[in-house]
Amino acid sequence: MATKTSLTQSNISGWGFALPAFALMVTFIILPFFFALWFSLTNQRLISPNPAKFIGLTNYTELLSVGTILLEPERDAQGDIVRTDDGDIKYPRLRNFTRKNPDYPAIQGMQEWFSWQTGPNNEFKRVILAKDVVFMRALKNTFVFVLVVAPLQAGLALGLALLINQKLRGINIYRAIYFMPVVVSIVVVAFLWRLIYDGNNGLLNNLLGAMSFGWFEPVDWLGQTSTAMGSIIAMSIWQAVGFHMVIWLSGLQTISPTLYEAADLEGASKWQTFRYVTWPGLRNTAVLVLIVITMQAFGLFAQVDVMTNGGPLDSTQTIVFQAIERGYGKQDISGGSAISVLLFLIVLSISLLQRYLTRERHS
Amino acid sequence: MADVVLKNIRKSFGSVDIIKGVDLEINDGEFTVFVGPSGCGKSTLLRMIAGLEDISSGDMIIGDKVVNALPPKDRSVAMVFQSYAIFPHMTVRENIGFGLTIAKTPKAEKDLKVQEAARILQMEHLLDRRPSQLSGGQRQRVAIGRAITRKPEVFLFDEPLSNLDAALRMDMRMEIGKLHHQLGATMIYVTHDQVEAMTLADKIVVLKDGEVMQAGAPMDLYHHPKNLFVAGFLGAPSMNFAVVNVEKIEGDQITVKNDAIAETTVHVQGRSFTVGTKATLGLRPQYLSIADERDSCMMGTIVLTERLGSETILNIKLSDGSTMIAAIADDQIFKIGQSVGLTFDADRAHLFDELPSASDAAH
Repeated sequence: MATKTSLTQSNISGWGFALPAFALMVTFIILPFFFALWFSLTNQRLISPNPAKFIGLTNYTELLSVGTILLEPERDAQGDIVRTDDGDIKYPRLRNFTRKNPDYPAIQGMQEWFSWQTGPNNEFKRVILAKDVVFMRALKNTFVFVLVVAPLQAGLALGLALLINQKLRGINIYRAIYFMPVVVSIVVVAFLWRLIYDGNNGLLNNLLGAMSFGWFEPVDWLGQTSTAMGSIIAMSIWQAVGFHMVIWLSGLQTISPTLYEAADLEGASKWQTFRYVTWPGLRNTAVLVLIVITMQAFGLFAQVDVMTNGGPLDSTQTIVFQAIERGYGKQDISGGSAISVLLFLIVLSISLLQRYLTRERHS
Repeated sequence: MADVVLKNIRKSFGSVDIIKGVDLEINDGEFTVFVGPSGCGKSTLLRMIAGLEDISSGDMIIGDKVVNALPPKDRSVAMVFQSYAIFPHMTVRENIGFGLTIAKTPKAEKDLKVQEAARILQMEHLLDRRPSQLSGGQRQRVAIGRAITRKPEVFLFDEPLSNLDAALRMDMRMEIGKLHHQLGATMIYVTHDQVEAMTLADKIVVLKDGEVMQAGAPMDLYHHPKNLFVAGFLGAPSMNFAVVNVEKIEGDQITVKNDAIAETTVHVQGRSFTVGTKATLGLRPQYLSIADERDSCMMGTIVLTERLGSETILNIKLSDGSTMIAAIADDQIFKIGQSVGLTFDADRAHLFDELPSASDAAH
């Protein structure tokens, strides 16, 4: 029998052991969280001689204000629509409405976010305006990233896990290969992929060129708005898929082998076995994987920072990139904090929603 | 319904032989129990019949078909597992109807068959519950229900009652017995519990180290065990073994004795002995009785008594230091340390031409 020592029994020593980790977590996670909440309600700057002032929700309204205006075409003396030399309809300049125009108080200081033609004969132009167009783009890009990455990465990881979950000789080599990118720093991976995606001599262009016998024209993957985000998405899926594969794998291995034998005896096909045995057994794992992927995807930063810096033309701006750009690049710590708080609320509500949607339903 | 015939069935994993040539005929409608200590290969043999394990050599015939190469679903067998193997996310109804769902049976027909199975197992009121809301016995009943709906030619049970507590085990044992009468199907049942084997079986197959020790009707095995292993395995408490010297042979009357046991004549069939060699005398505890010193053929001291009400188990140390267990009818009071004389029914004594090994004594 081991003797009970006061060290393992006393309450104080228990807290003592927990204290270092606790102190670090308070200093670097919990306190900053509350600081961010507070800063987002002030006009605090990173370095400033002036004391910070409480400004309420101004930072949030600056970020989130959107407006709309319907532009009517310009008409000449006869009432005909004026067209440009290209034949496009000519509209009055937006800044006539958004700059110092007391008739339109709601859209003062806003810029065009996007627009579309509307009305009879598509004569009118509906313009959606936002006070912070860059942030809006970052918001949209991040959501696109999450919506594409979450299902693709989860699905791909599950597929790999199913392949890996077999008793084959050397299966551990495959596990190691798929898991390897997870262990490498994302910054290193992103830097390597920048070389792969290079417009002139990148591996991808060379590969596609060789496979199509020179028919394929090299593409500057990261240098044009149409491919930049897609390139970052593809690389991000590849990088973290191994991690989620391991989570799926652990879920797969909790399913009792006798359930598979029972299904086998009943004559279930591979697909039926997956549908009736594997997938229901993975329900909790699926919730975990989806929430983890979603949270990681919303935090997209390093790839953008290393590969595109938000460009070209803001096409790869993301929420976290904006938060850091603003907080440190522009020294606007309050604006950056407001973005962080918004991100927190978005991730929180999406996680809760996912939990609700994937909850176990009892009859 | 169908006969099951095993012809020189073998199974090896690498160089290790698990099943070492089993020949067996199981008649249509027969309830056969495979019994043996853990690791004797009884479950492996059952799984080979089910098709969950490959057959290394030999022929497995179900009905008139050699099924060696057939997948489980084409063997017309249904299996009930020790761990139930019911699907946790499905209701009882869905679990029972699983095989029919897999076979894409029309809903009306499926409902009818599920109802029928539920009626046989008296669990119609449980159909909409989930496995987590059921007791162990009810879960096992669901598993049996799933087997019934398949209308298989052969039912396989792999230690179905091992996970249940003692009282429930007895109930379920009787239910399985009733079910066999009701369905009249061929059933093969694996257990390490000899009470289950004795009560349920038409035919018991005693296995040890992948070999059939003896196969036959329960009472045949009980009264005429072929060898020490079967003699020691069946019956509770186990048969007493005493090494004796062969003194005299007169036809099939053999006279034996040792230091503790006085000269006794035993009737023997089918075994030959030589005067002056050693043999093993087998005495069932139930056929030992307490006698006066002058009528008794052995003397000993009581080491332990267990009063069960209907009988009293005595652990007696004989004069040569060996142990003898006696089961005395009715509740009788003995004192530990008390010296008693024992006698036995010579017609019910067994004489074996082999000597007990450690593994025989273990039962």
